Amino acid sequence: MQRIKTYLLASCFSLTLAVPALAEDMAGMNAKGFKMEHGGETFHMFRLETDTGVSRGDSVSSWDLDGWIGTDENKLWIKSEGEHKDGKLEEAELWAMYSRNISTFWDAQAGLRYDFEPRGTGYFVAGFTGLAPYYFETEAHLFVSEHGDVTGRLREENDILITQKLILQPYAEVNLSAQDVPEQDIGAGIADGKIGLQTRYEFTKKFAPYIDVHYGRKFGETASIAESDGEDKDELVGAIGLRLMF
Amino acid sequence: MVALLVVGAISTPSYAKTTQYNLTIERLPVNITGKTMEKVTVNGGIPAPTLRFTEGDDVVIHVTNKMKEDSSIHWHGLLIDPAMDGVPTFNGFPGIRPGETFTYRFHIRQSGTYWYHAHSMAQEQDGLYGSIIAAPKKETIKADRDYVIVLSDFIEEDGDTVMSNLKMMSDYYANARLTIGDFFKDVGERGWDKAWNDAKDWGDMRMARTDLSDVTGYTFLTNGKSPEQNWTGIFKPGERVRLRFINASAMSFFDVRIPGLKMSVVQSDGQNVEPVAVDEFRFAPAETYDVIVTPQDSKPYTIAAESIDRSGFAIGTLATSEGQRGKIPALRPRALLTMGDMNMEMMMKDDPDMEMTPADMISGWAKAGTPEGDKALSYADLRYAGIQKDTRQPERTIDVKLGGNMERFIWTINGKKFSEAEPIKLRYGERVRLAFTNETMMAHPMHLHGMFVQLENGQPAEKLPNKHTVIVPPGGSYSVLLTADEAGEWAFHCHLLYHMMAGMMTKVVVAKLDPGDVPPPAKTTTTPATSGGHHATH
Repeated sequence: MQRIKTYLLASCFSLTLAVPALAEDMAGMNAKGFKMEHGGETFHMFRLETDTGVSRGDSVSSWDLDGWIGTDENKLWIKSEGEHKDGKLEEAELWAMYSRNISTFWDAQAGLRYDFEPRGTGYFVAGFTGLAPYYFETEAHLFVSEHGDVTGRLREENDILITQKLILQPYAEVNLSAQDVPEQDIGAGIADGKIGLQTRYEFTKKFAPYIDVHYGRKFGETASIAESDGEDKDELVGAIGLRLMF
Repeated sequence: MVALLVVGAISTPSYAKTTQYNLTIERLPVNITGKTMEKVTVNGGIPAPTLRFTEGDDVVIHVTNKMKEDSSIHWHGLLIDPAMDGVPTFNGFPGIRPGETFTYRFHIRQSGTYWYHAHSMAQEQDGLYGSIIAAPKKETIKADRDYVIVLSDFIEEDGDTVMSNLKMMSDYYANARLTIGDFFKDVGERGWDKAWNDAKDWGDMRMARTDLSDVTGYTFLTNGKSPEQNWTGIFKPGERVRLRFINASAMSFFDVRIPGLKMSVVQSDGQNVEPVAVDEFRFAPAETYDVIVTPQDSKPYTIAAESIDRSGFAIGTLATSEGQRGKIPALRPRALLTMGDMNMEMMMKDDPDMEMTPADMISGWAKAGTPEGDKALSYADLRYAGIQKDTRQPERTIDVKLGGNMERFIWTINGKKFSEAEPIKLRYGERVRLAFTNETMMAHPMHLHGMFVQLENGQPAEKLPNKHTVIVPPGGSYSVLLTADEAGEWAFHCHLLYHMMAGMMTKVVVAKLDPGDVPPPAKTTTTPATSGGHHATH
């Protein structure tokens, strides 16, 4: 309960980062609507991927929401992802960040993340998102937990067009930790990683069913902890899902 | 709709008569593509009715907005009292509120083919566009038939939705991107090294070689008719037929040809030019060309306006009777952008080591696929049909850098969006050069309201052609001259609608510093509307 309270407080703090810039844009809209119509408008983009599948005979399902609302320069960026395994919520994250356009292809971001599962933990987040050369969609974030632990996450994905509508998206994600975090069963170094391939069919850009196959594994100390707990250190997941944009 | 187009008939010509129109803007269900959807109509139709004036007329146009949102009409290409130019917030024009009627009053100081369209949100895309014919006091271009050909791009979605989609994902409408198959085809044709290096260079820049049109999925219309509906203009063999081509589309450049007929270009942006015989011409949104054709055979001739991304045609037919159809030409292969479509300065800054061959330097955008031996119109061909009065050298050069961020669908002039920009200030009467540099990989048709510019196209000073809209090619530069002889606040923007909406617009202020410079205001006669004008019914 205390954690959730902390989280809510932290969320408010995060919003205070984002809101002044947004509010300024909004206020401008009323005063000088026409001007705002030509470069200052507020838009939004949310992408939700939900899928369900199996891993070693267990049913798994997951969601991944990523999106923003704001102007070209100032955005409130929301992310949420999580996973159910055998009907149990194993992972659940919610992020809220202020995102500032800093160059043609990049946004700098800062805000908060709260993990509901595997255990309630709040984090400060800072990082970047954007398009790296060769069309690599990149997310790189650093986290400092409420306990002072420093971790990081890097994610890359890329679209390969078989046709205009049938698209392969290879992706990779790695989680890093600057120190052991015993209460989260994480060891220092590369904690875990994931490579996967999403094959989707874009009926439209806003509606695309997909098949996802990914392999994830834990590394180093994190893997040892998992093994000593009798858990698998790796998993192969096959799933079908739906990608929506709104 | 035909009936509505006909009501624009004018009465007997007389000096300074008052011509009056009533236009009602309303969102109504229309069915052009076989599906019924709500679009913006004027007097119930798309396109809006043709407005016919005679040079010297006083014009009164009552525009009623029956929509739930603000609206406006801009009279594209007309020399006009700035308060009547129709750009909301400029010169005190508030726009037309829902349910209100705004009365435009102005004097026709010129002749030629022009057009009108909304200057609010994306209403132009949604259907608010129509043609204007201003007849000269004495016509010098002889023709037996005279047709307006309004070309446009029609999309099922609302224009505002198109804009949101582009902001969500700038390649939302990119449906002809290069695939893995295209890459291997390229390897097969040019070898691994060349194909791989090209893919690598474009990947490094994070740009798409196929980025010719930002929006696709259009049905292209000729006078509001789809290719299936086949707009037809009637002729008798041997007649001189004048076609007034207006590109009223929101985003689409067209390559226009009439297989089997030479076109004699006699007017550009409403201004007479010395006739140029061509087989085809490329024009941008907002440009107009008047051509004369003289079909000799009694067969049908297809007017084929092919979009530059080769996604389709706007089709019309010239025939000796209704119901005939000529052959529709095959779509030409789509061009791919090359390094030649990039701004060199920008590119060298990004990557000084990039390897390029002379072939890479040829613009891909400019490749229209004109058959060997055929003549395509070029700006350099245009010569003003009269003698330009102001042949002064410019006193100064104003740089106009066209920039943008394709990834985020941001478009700018001199690095600023309209929402951030300071106006360009001109002294009344001064002669300036506008030097455009296009730092982007898209062509931008730049339109200045209220005044004509003269293309610096290599013709002698007294023969430079007047234009209201000028294409600045990708990666290239172009310059025009301007005599700032119309005081007021004038919009200056890219006429690709979503580029303008994304910010590619600025304000040009022409200020009179000396009251002695002020020309007398245009006289508005108070002749009752019924005596000289004509009420459009709706």
